[in-house]
Amino acid sequence: MHHKTIAELSQDLHAKKISSVELTQHFLERIKRFDEKLNSFITITEDAALQAAKAADQKLAQGQGGPLAGIPIAHKDIFCTDGIKTTCGSRMLDNFIAPYDATVVTAMKKAGTVMVGKTNMDEFAMGSSNETSYYGTVKNPWNVDYVPGGSSGGSAAAVAAALVPGATGTDTGGSIRQPAGLCNISGLKPTYGRVSRYGMIAFASSLDQGGPLAKTAEDVAMLLNAMAGFDPKDSTSVDQPVPDYTATLNDSIKGIRIGLPKEYFSEGLNNDVAKVIETAVKEYEKLGAVIQEISLPNTALSVPVYYVIAPAECSSNLARYDGVRYGYRCKDPVDLEDLYKRSRSEGFGSEVKRRIMIGTYVLSAGYYDAYYLKAQKVRRLIRDDFTEAFKKVDVILSPTTPTPAFKIGEKTSDPISMYLSDLYTIAAPLAGLPGISIPAGFVNKLPVGMQLIGNLFGEAKLLNIAHRYQTVTDWHKHMPEAF
Amino acid sequence: MSLTPEQVKKIGHLARLNLSENDMALYTPQLSRILDFIAQMNQIDTSQVEPLAHPLDISQRLRTDEVTEPNLRDKYQSIAPQVEAGLYLVPKVIEEA
Amino acid sequence: MEWETVIGLEIHAQLSTKSKIFSGASTQFGAEPNTQACGIDLGLPGVLPVLNQEAVIMAIKFALGANAEVARKSVFARKNYFYPDLPKGYQISQYELPVVKKGYIDIQLDEGTTKRIHITRAHLEEDAGKSLHEDFHGLSGIDLNRAGTPLLEIVSEPDMRSAKEAVAYLKAIHTLVRYLEICDGNMQEGSFRCDANVSVRPKGESKFGTRTELKNINSFRFVERAINYEVERQINVIESGGKIVQETRLYDPNKNETRSMRSKEEANDYRYFPDPDLLPLVISDEIIEQVKKILPELPQQKLSRFMEQYHLSAYDASILISSKAMANYYESVVKESGDQPKVAANWVISELLGALNKAGLEIEESPISSAQLGKLVSRIADNTISGKIAKTIFEALWNREGEVDDIIEKRGLKQVTDRGAIEKLIDEIIAANPQQVADYRSGKDKLFGYFVGQAMKLSGGKVNPQQLNEILKKKLQA
Repeated sequence: MHHKTIAELSQDLHAKKISSVELTQHFLERIKRFDEKLNSFITITEDAALQAAKAADQKLAQGQGGPLAGIPIAHKDIFCTDGIKTTCGSRMLDNFIAPYDATVVTAMKKAGTVMVGKTNMDEFAMGSSNETSYYGTVKNPWNVDYVPGGSSGGSAAAVAAALVPGATGTDTGGSIRQPAGLCNISGLKPTYGRVSRYGMIAFASSLDQGGPLAKTAEDVAMLLNAMAGFDPKDSTSVDQPVPDYTATLNDSIKGIRIGLPKEYFSEGLNNDVAKVIETAVKEYEKLGAVIQEISLPNTALSVPVYYVIAPAECSSNLARYDGVRYGYRCKDPVDLEDLYKRSRSEGFGSEVKRRIMIGTYVLSAGYYDAYYLKAQKVRRLIRDDFTEAFKKVDVILSPTTPTPAFKIGEKTSDPISMYLSDLYTIAAPLAGLPGISIPAGFVNKLPVGMQLIGNLFGEAKLLNIAHRYQTVTDWHKHMPEAF
Repeated sequence: MSLTPEQVKKIGHLARLNLSENDMALYTPQLSRILDFIAQMNQIDTSQVEPLAHPLDISQRLRTDEVTEPNLRDKYQSIAPQVEAGLYLVPKVIEEA
Repeated sequence: MEWETVIGLEIHAQLSTKSKIFSGASTQFGAEPNTQACGIDLGLPGVLPVLNQEAVIMAIKFALGANAEVARKSVFARKNYFYPDLPKGYQISQYELPVVKKGYIDIQLDEGTTKRIHITRAHLEEDAGKSLHEDFHGLSGIDLNRAGTPLLEIVSEPDMRSAKEAVAYLKAIHTLVRYLEICDGNMQEGSFRCDANVSVRPKGESKFGTRTELKNINSFRFVERAINYEVERQINVIESGGKIVQETRLYDPNKNETRSMRSKEEANDYRYFPDPDLLPLVISDEIIEQVKKILPELPQQKLSRFMEQYHLSAYDASILISSKAMANYYESVVKESGDQPKVAANWVISELLGALNKAGLEIEESPISSAQLGKLVSRIADNTISGKIAKTIFEALWNREGEVDDIIEKRGLKQVTDRGAIEKLIDEIIAANPQQVADYRSGKDKLFGYFVGQAMKLSGGKVNPQQLNEILKKKLQA
C-alpha cells in the first residue's frame, strides 16, 4: 500500500477499495516502526489524524471530496499548525504551540488531506543536511550513515521511506530540491509568490517558498494544486489563477528546448553524477526534446550572493525570538540584556548564530553598500542570465547536486564546503524561478537527482517535462530496501 | 577579511548573542572565512546595475481599512513565558522612552 | 557673544485609521492591555504585513496640505533594534524613499509676518507598544495594543530660530492634520508627539553646532520651555569652555530641565534595509487626483479667505481658523448675525474664547451656540441692546438661561433709543446735579464721564451710548 503513489491511493479511496482511516493507520504504524531509524518526525499527531481521516471517509462515502481527500501527508515543522507544537527544528520554539494555521496548512486541510505529523528539519531552515536540528540528525533512508539533505530532510526522508505518501517542505536555496535529489523523490520549489508564506516561519523572506515532496511528478502536481494560490495575507503572494497542474502532465514534449548550463557541468561535478545526468538527457532526446548548451555566466557568484542576502534577511527575521511573548526564555534573567542574550544564545544552534552574525555584519553601518547592496545588484545579473537563457530554451536541466549524499558529519566543521554543495539549486530562488528535482539514477547505491528549472509561473510545463521522463524511466519507483 | 575580536563582539551585541571565549575562538575564523568567500562578489563590476530587491516586478497591494481581528488575548498569552494582568512581563525597562 | 538658535522638529502623528497599518486589529484608544494586538502585531512566527490603504491616503492628504510632493514610488524599510515594546525586533518604517518628499508650511509670527518652514520629508511607519512603569515585582509590563498603529513621521528642516517659531510650526502642523482629519492631535493621549533637535551657533556662523534631541515634550507649553532651557544650557556649556555632546535628552516638566538619556553615538546601528515582506508602494497620478477632490478647505486657504471675505486681520483670522470647529462656529455666527463679521470676530475671540479657556472647554463644548451668539451680535447691530448690556446677556446665555430675545424681554434689557426719553433722562440728571453742570460748563471736561455714569445708573445701563453722548453734549453746552 505504501508503495503506491498519491494518484493511485486517491483512486483507491474514491473507489472505496480502502478507507482513509485504514490508510492513515497503516502509515502511522510504519512511522512508529521505522522512524526511530530515520528521525524524520518531530511530532506525530495520531489522534487528530484519525479524526481527520474519519471526516474524509464520511465525505468520500457521500461521493464527495477532491483528489486529495483522505490522503495522509506530513507538514515540515516550519508551517504553523494551530494547537500543535511547531518547532522549526529549534530549541527556541520547543515549547511553541502555534496559535494559528499557516495558509498552506488550511489549504491542505480544505483539500481533505490528513496530517499525520510534523517533520524534522534543519534549524530555522538553515542547512543542507538536516544536521543542525535541535531534534537530532535525520538519516537518509538509502543509507542511514548518510545525510538526507536539508533543510526539508525530514519530509524527504519520510516520503522516501514511504512513511507518508506526500509532505510539504520549504526551499530557500534548495531545501526541497536538494533533499528530494539525495533521497530519490520528486520535490518542487514553486515560483516566488505562487504559494503563500503566511504561517511559514520566515528564514529569508525574498527567497522562501513552500512546496510539495512526493514520489512522482504527478503526485507533486496534485499537491501543488492544493498548495498554490493567492493569499491576501501575504503581500508577496501573486494573484494569478492556479491551473490544474495534473491536466497537462501528459502533453507531448516534442520540440521542447532543454538548456544545459555549461557552468554546471564543470569541475566540482562528480563524474559519476555527470554520467547519470548524461543518460537522463538522452532519454529526453528520445522523447523529442532539443538539447543545447547554454551559459549562465554568473553562476559562481550565486553562492556568495545567497550567503549575503539570506543571512541578512534572517538576522532580521529572527530578531523576534527574544523570550518575551513566546518561545524559549532563559531561567531567571537578571535584566533585559540578559533576557535577550541568554534566551537567544541558549535557544539557537551554531549554524543559526553564524548566519545571524553574518547577516548583522553585512547590514551594519559602513558595510551595507559593500555587501548587501552589492549582493542585490549581482542578484539582478544572475536573474538576467536566466532571462537571457529562457529566450533560447524552455527549461534548464542540471544535476540537482554536484555529488550524491555525503556522510553525516562530513561537512559540519566546514560551513563553506556545505554551502558550495548548494551550487546548482541556489540560483533559482535568487531569480524567483520554479525548479523541480526528480530521481535520475544511482551512484554507489545513493540517489542522484536531476533538476529542471522553469521560467516564472512555468510549474505546469515543468511538471509536464518531469512527468514525461517518469513515463519512460523507473528510477522514481525504486524504494530503499530497509523500509 | 579578518574580523577582529572587537568586531565579532560588537556583532554579537547587536544580535543580542552571548559569545564565550570558546564561541569567539570558533566563530571568529569561521565568520572571517565566510566573509572572504562572500568577497568574490567584488570580481564583477556592478556600478551600472540596479539592485534587485524582489524577483517579481510587482507593487504593494493595499488592504481596506477595517477591523478584522478579534480579541484573542487569552489564546496568544497561553503560550507566553510570563504574563500578568494581561501584560507581558520583562525585566525592568530602565530607560524612559 | 551673540548666539543663534537652530531648531528642527520631528513630529509623529498617529493616523486615525480604524485598523493598524499592517494588520486588521483595532486602533481604538483605551482598550484593556493586549486585547488589540493580533498575531501580526505580536510578531508571531510566520506572520506577514499587508499595507492599510487609508494610511496611504492620509499620507497623500498630508502631502497636499503641506505643499509637498508625493513620491510615486516609496519603499518600506526595517529599522532593527531590540526593545520589549518592539515585538518583531524591528520597526517597519521608510528610509531612503519616503512617501512624502519636500514640502513647506507658512507660520504666522507675532510681528504679523509670515515665515516659511520647510519640511524635509514625511514617511509612514508603525508605532511600538508601551512599557508600563508600574512595578510587577521588579518587572515591567508590556502592552502591545499600540504596536502597529500607523504613524506619519514629519521631519522639518532646521529652519526655526526660536522656541516661539518652533511652537508656531508645531501648532500649524497640529491644525493641518486635524483639518485633514488624519490625526486627532491629542498630545496627552500620545497621538501627536514631538521631538526637538536643538543646537546653537554664533550669530553669523553658517556651520551648524552639535545638536541634541529633546524627547518627552507633550504639550505646546512644554515645547517652548524645554527648548528655552536647552538653548540656555548649551550656551552655558560652550561659554564655560565645554563641548556639546550629541545625545538624546529627556525633558522633565516638573523640574523644567533636560537630562541626558543616552548618547546618540553609542545608540543602535539600525541596519536599515528594504523590508522583503513588502513591495514598493506605487502611487499613481489618478489616486492623487482623487484625493485632491476629497480634500477639505485647508487652513492656509481658509485664512486667506477669512481675511478677504470678512476683512479680518491676519492675527484674528489665524485664531478663528485654528480648528475647523472654531472656523465653522465663527462662520455660523456671522451668518446668524446678519453679516457682522468684525463684531462677530470680536465676540468670538475676546468674549467667547476667554470664557471657554477659563472654564477649560473646547469650542465644541461651548454652552453658547453659534446661533445664539449670532443672534446676540445681530441685536447689537440693530440697536436693540447696547454693547455693555450684551455682556450681561452673554453671561445669561452661558448659564443657559434661555434664548437672546427671551432674556432681553424677561429682564427688560431693551436699549433706550427714544430721543424724547433720553432727553427727559438727561434733563433730570442736569436738574439734579447743578454744581457738576456748572463745573463742567466752566471747563472741567472730565466731568462728562460723571454724567454718563449717572445716565447709565438711572437707566439701568439701557440707554444707547451714542445717542446719550450726542444729546448730553448738546444739552450741557446749552
